[in-house]
This record gives sequence, C-alpha cells and structure tokens, in this order.
Amino acid sequence: MKIAIASGKGGTGKTTVAVNLALSQEQVLLLDCDVEDPDAALLLHPEILSVTPVTVFVPKIISERCTSCDACCEACAFGAMAVVSGRLFLTEELCKDCGACYLVCPENALVPRAREIGTLTRGRAAAGITLVAGDLAPGEAMATAVIQRVKAEAVAGRPVIIDAPPGTACSMVHAIEDADLCLMVTEPTPYGRHDLEQALDVADALAVPTAVVINRCDLGDSGVRALCKERGVKVLLEIPFDQALAEAYAAGRPAVDADARWLPVFRRLWDDLVELVSERRRQVLVGADLEADE
Amino acid sequence: MATTRQLCVISGKGGTGKTTVSASLAVLAPRPAIFADCDVDAANLHLALRARELERIPFSSGLIARIDENQCILCGSCMEACRFGGVQIQDDHYWIDPMRCEGCLTCTIVCPEDAIETEKAETGEVLLSDTDYGTLVHARLRPGSESSGKLVMAVREKARVHAQQENAQVIVIDGAPGIGCPVIATLSGVDLALLVAEPTPAGAQGLDRALRVAEHFGVPAVACLNRADLSSRQADAIARDLAARNVPLLARIPFHRSVVEATALMRPAVEVAAAPVRAELKSLAQQVYERLLACPCAGDSPSRPGSCSTCS
Repeated sequence: MKIAIASGKGGTGKTTVAVNLALSQEQVLLLDCDVEDPDAALLLHPEILSVTPVTVFVPKIISERCTSCDACCEACAFGAMAVVSGRLFLTEELCKDCGACYLVCPENALVPRAREIGTLTRGRAAAGITLVAGDLAPGEAMATAVIQRVKAEAVAGRPVIIDAPPGTACSMVHAIEDADLCLMVTEPTPYGRHDLEQALDVADALAVPTAVVINRCDLGDSGVRALCKERGVKVLLEIPFDQALAEAYAAGRPAVDADARWLPVFRRLWDDLVELVSERRRQVLVGADLEADE
Repeated sequence: MATTRQLCVISGKGGTGKTTVSASLAVLAPRPAIFADCDVDAANLHLALRARELERIPFSSGLIARIDENQCILCGSCMEACRFGGVQIQDDHYWIDPMRCEGCLTCTIVCPEDAIETEKAETGEVLLSDTDYGTLVHARLRPGSESSGKLVMAVREKARVHAQQENAQVIVIDGAPGIGCPVIATLSGVDLALLVAEPTPAGAQGLDRALRVAEHFGVPAVACLNRADLSSRQADAIARDLAARNVPLLARIPFHRSVVEATALMRPAVEVAAAPVRAELKSLAQQVYERLLACPCAGDSPSRPGSCSTCS
C-alpha cells in the first residue's frame, strides 16, 4: 500500500504525520519527496546506509562539429540553447533533458553529459523503517528529477509512505500521482482551507482518493471542516495543539517517542487508511462490473 | 525619483510564518507600497490583506502538445520519445495528459504523421487587487502546473510596472517555501531577503538552505525567528549560526494563540495580536525598512551579506 502525505499549505504537519505513521507500523519504506527541504531525517535520526548523487543529463557541445545552425535553439522549448556571436551556448539550469536537441542536430554535435543536481540518501531507522530522502542542491531548479529518483525506490511488498512537498505544483503532483490514497494534513485557518481546496483539486484530477487530518484543530475556525463536508472528504483525525508535542518536535523527537499515548492514535489512523483504500478498490471493481454489464 | 526597493520574505521550510510576517510588513510599509505574493501555488497574502480583486489576466508559460486522433496511426513513437510520462494510452488511443506534459514538444519532432498539435498551456492567472495598505499583485497557478517559476516572474514584472506607476518606495514580496524555481525567481534582483525561521531542527535546516540560495544569487539577507520561545535552545543555536554567517537577526517573535486568531479573522497580526507579538513585528518592520531604504548596496549590484556597514 502506498500512502502519500500532502497538504497544499506548508508547515501543517505532513512530516510529523508521515514519521509517526511510519513508526506506528513495521518495515515501512518512507520516501521523503520534499526534496527542496527534506526533514524526515530530523525526526527519525537514521543510520545512513548510502548517499548517491542524483544526476541529470545535459547536452555537451562538441564545438568541432557544431555549425551554429540554430536547429537546437529552435527545438528547445525552454530557451536553454542560444547562439551568441556565432557560438552555441547552453544554460544548464534551464535544460529539462527532454531530448529534443539531440534529435534535431544535423551534425551529431551534442552528446549527453551527466550533471549532479542533488543526492539520494538511504538510511535505517526505528521500527524497521527504511528512509529514502531526496535532496535538491540549493541553486538547482529540477526538483522533479530528484523526486522521481526517490519514487523509483518503492518496492512491492512493503508499505510505502510518501512525504510530499508543500504546494500544488508539479513537484507535489509527481510525489502523489501513483499513491493509493493521499492524506492531506491541514490546519483550521483560512490559509489552510484555501490551500487544501487546491490540493484536493490536484488529487481529484489525478484520480487519487483523499482523506484529511486536521492538525492544531483547536486553533482557528471551522472553515476546513466545512470544506471537507462540502466535498465529501473524510476527516480521519483531529489533533489539538499540544505544547508538549510542539516542544518534542522542536527537540527532534517524534510524538510517539515523546509520549506513548500517541502510538494507538497513529495505529488507528493507519488502519483507517487501509480500510479506506480497500473500500475504494471495492467501489472501483463494482463500478467496472456495472460498466461491463451495460 | 528614487528607485523602488524590493524585499522578499522566504524561509526554506513551510509554515514558519512568511505570510504572517509579510502581511504585517505590508501594514507598516512606507507608502506608497506594492505587495506581491509569489507563493503562486498556495497563495495566502490576499486573505491576510482582505484583497479586493481588480483584474485577472490569464497566463500561459508556453505550449503543450495534443494528439490529433484523426491523423494518429498509433505507432507509439511519441510515447517512446516522451521522457515525462506525458503520453498515455487508453484502450486503443493515445492521448497527452496536460498535467504531465512539460511542453518540450519532443513528441512533435518524432511523430511521423504530423499528428501532434500544440496549444497554449493554461498555466494560471495573474491577479491585481486593491487592499487597505496598497496594491497587491498575486497569482493562481492551475493545480498541477509546472512553470510556477515563470508565473512568479510575471507577478514580479507586474509588481514592478505598478510600482513605477504609483511611484512606490518598496515592493514587499511574500515568497514560496522551498528553494526551487519559484523561490529563485522570487529572489532574482531583490535588494534584501528576510528569512523567517522557526526554532526547530527542520526550521534550522530550511533556514540554512534558503540562506545558501540567497548567497548563491548574491542577495543580502537578514532574519527573524518566529515562535521563538518554543525552544530557547534551538533559538539560541540559530542565533549563533546567523551571527557566524553575518546575517543580522532582527526579531524574535513569541508564539501566541492570538496570531492564529488573527489569521482566522483575516487581519495582519501586527494589528490585532497580543502586545508582545505586535511589539516584535513593529521592531522588525522598522529595522527592515531602515536597511532597505538606507543601504547603499541595495538597488545597485547586490553584495554579499555583511559587506557594507549598514547590512552588517
């Protein structure tokens, strides 16, 4: 089973929920896809097993062959190639490695060259957790490439939890798109509601089922609950603001570690998620049967 | 006419209080001021400032591809060439998912039948609004869209245009979390970056990463700690790190429920939160604007933090 944890708004508690959920189970594969600021390790303190570079390919220009014909500049949709004073130049950070330039070059003057944009760190933590975290190097723009490398680590036969990035743009999409369910963590404020609505829109467009956790549920208003009701999204858990929890987080301690009373809470959350996913699969099958009968 | 100075508020980590701080800075900005919300896929500043929408301009970051089924011979070359999973197959037909299409148009190069058309990507909208404190430029990114960086640049450009029209002294820019394209586009050409940190390990990490990006792009930086009393140990550690990096720590805003209540009321914290919070926000604003307007290195070539007597 693959559960993604997302939010729309930053700082609502995605990593907190992802980590505590993972600690409430056994042998979870936790994929930290918040590659611009991966912080699951700050709560899990894993033993590092490996650190590997994440590379993308950019074209290397073989100047002896290049005739500055402009074909690659025309083909590049991202403006990464330009002929200036008769010479071809590549702006690396703009290159999306789409492959177009290699296809159009009449002189075979472009060859792919590897470029490091970040790292992938594998580690082992409590409760048999394997934590795989992607880290985009500050100054780089290709978050998606790192996210996809992290996602590729998912294996069958282990429960997978994906800690998604904040926002609702393409990095969030790539993080959640193949999940069995996306659990949205939100806060009961106008900001929380506004961003949750957008996040739900993304999940719906991707046909990923959703459920919600309201964090700091006693600090704010009722807008988020109203939204969930309007959209028929189940609120599985409401966590009141807890000074002790906040201080434990500030000290790098997960809730279930700081206070064992949180363990059954997160175990129940996981069971609810499993139940929701099964229910959804049953619905899909029934739907397919009905269609077949028509 | 003096040049308009630009300030951006970033953090690395989400939820540290960028919008809370930006909204309060907006209230106290020297007039006339323009505000820009560059957190385009989760924009909240318009809520804090109770914005009244004036204009909505559709924005397209480029093209996306669409398969013309009448010409398609189902050879699958497009699917093979697409590196982004943009080409999907359902039953017996190929189609391009606008959510996954990156607009590289490589598929159009390989299609033997010229069966792939291009159309403008619906990336989002740039919005212009009025607030009690000044004009706000913001945006709505179509959920799932990429090119949020380009939309941020469009917001920045529109803010600049309005700043010129209104003879604005400052542009206050609320940034996105993280350190990717939208944040890079937010930092581009600003005179000062205010980093909002929280005293937690994740907050310290986010601060470090955001600072490295600001430094990478040569933008002078200052910082503030939000919910500073959550952990005095962490707060002091961050303060020491900032001092070592020559980044002035301008304020330590205490945690208070009234800040969340202010959010729920859709009012800037500096107007309605508890007195200690308001005091720190006022002090922060005063110091930020003093540096922004007085600093000789602001507005010309950006320099490293700590390189001039005003910044350090």
